[in-house]
Amino acid sequence: MRRIVNYHPSTTARIALGALPIAIAIAAYLIASDARLAANPGDKIMPAISSFYAAMARLIGRVDPTAGQPLFWYDTWLSLARLGAGLGISAAIGLVLGVLIGFIPYLRATFDPIVAALSLIPPLAVLPILFIAFGLGEASKIILIIFGVAPVMVRDMVLSVSAIPREQIIKAQTLGASTWQMILDVVLPQVLPRLIDTVRLSLGAAWLFVIAAEAITAEGGLGYRIFLVRRYLAMDVILPYVVWITLLAFLLDYGLRKLSAYAFPWNGLKEA
Amino acid sequence: MTEIRFEHVWKEYGAHIVLEDVDFSLADHEFLVVIGPSGVGKTTLLRMLLAQERPTRGRILLDGQPIAAEPTADRGVVFQRYSVFPHKTVLGNVMMGPQWAGSPLLGRLFGVKRKSLRDDAMALLERVGLAEHADKYPAQLSGGMQQRLAIAQALINKPKVLLLDEPFGALDPGSRRSMHVLVRELWEERAMTIVMVTHDLMEAFHLGTRVVAVDRPRKDLQAPERFGARITSDFCAKPRIVRDSMKFEAARLRAAAEKTLAEQAIPAERATPAASRKD
Repeated sequence: MRRIVNYHPSTTARIALGALPIAIAIAAYLIASDARLAANPGDKIMPAISSFYAAMARLIGRVDPTAGQPLFWYDTWLSLARLGAGLGISAAIGLVLGVLIGFIPYLRATFDPIVAALSLIPPLAVLPILFIAFGLGEASKIILIIFGVAPVMVRDMVLSVSAIPREQIIKAQTLGASTWQMILDVVLPQVLPRLIDTVRLSLGAAWLFVIAAEAITAEGGLGYRIFLVRRYLAMDVILPYVVWITLLAFLLDYGLRKLSAYAFPWNGLKEA
Repeated sequence: MTEIRFEHVWKEYGAHIVLEDVDFSLADHEFLVVIGPSGVGKTTLLRMLLAQERPTRGRILLDGQPIAAEPTADRGVVFQRYSVFPHKTVLGNVMMGPQWAGSPLLGRLFGVKRKSLRDDAMALLERVGLAEHADKYPAQLSGGMQQRLAIAQALINKPKVLLLDEPFGALDPGSRRSMHVLVRELWEERAMTIVMVTHDLMEAFHLGTRVVAVDRPRKDLQAPERFGARITSDFCAKPRIVRDSMKFEAARLRAAAEKTLAEQAIPAERATPAASRKD
């Protein structure tokens, strides 16, 4: 009898074990849903699979007169556009400011405290200010994401710039590199993989801000739809939407991870 | 010609004196090794020569001119670790220096210039024994190979002085020995000046033509930080006159050997008809 920490599952066993809790959760839902529907066929809290199917077929298949296209795709497009714009602008800010602040001591002394302070303000607390300043349109939603995500990204970039060994910077100087050349050829390539990781980690926060902003005011979007149909207890729409948001988040994360591995092959070697 | 001169150099951090009154000159094509116990200021000495740190008093001259206040291309360096760029291939690492010098904005050369630089870099990699690894990343190389790469990367810029900060400290004994041979040969071939810091005495006397010991000769038990380290011993391990005469002797022997070879070749030709005559 070995210690339990020394038993390792085989590949097949690992997949089966990983699938088990998910299967149990689905089965538990189906049983509970069946039981509730048997007691009350009009129950809306735990709809059957068929109701999900019907609701989604309606949202995906039927063109909505105000949106001009099926609501499901309309919502997905709006949310992804907000998320993409917010994250993209945040990543650009994080990269540019992070590298400059992290690499140039005078800029670091000047801007480190204010970035630290900004990253501590709870973004949702300033959402009213954003609505007042930028109106209820797209700008305030995207700025909310940037406000919530960019300061953390800047700080993360600053840290990863300062994690580059001092020896490399000295070596680059003895090879005749100027500050600009060091930023271009030594610092940037080494912090880009970390930028992608930071974006991946910020995906969760960014989704939170998108949905929160959409819940308050929007003309469409995944979060907007969820909060709209909440009034009718329409779990047959809410639950598939939650699954879809989860799937989108997973796909974005997976895509970014693959991009990082493809674009920076040397980075994986470092850890090996 | 490269001459290094330390003029009464002191290094203090506030009340803490690290080095006091370091004063010496180093002639061209010397291999200076600085030895001393840990934490005594050997590396500080090297850093000042690199201008990574600046002396509190005194000055450092390179060919009669005070050295620049920041690291520049006339002083190449190899550290114990992290001397190469992990995101560049072996070839890319070696090509970095000239590309920076030749292209201020992009840091990249194109066309004919790139091709000739590539050939130079490959020749250098061939010399340090890394030619077949040119497309690998540093993380795929062993510690010794990474140090070879770091040396090649520094040498392509033809620095006046090559500074080595415990370059073999992290290597296993086998690769350390082969690195000794390589550094020795490169020093000879390129007629460079090398300044190396190490705490390995064997290595110091094996490689160096001049060995300088840094230590604290005076100690105040109440205030140990008030006395700094200075050069306590300056030993000429391989005097120039001996090196020159050995070089002369080697050249003479080589010439003599070539002469005998040539003389042997001529009688051999003559011997053939003689041998046939005997038949």
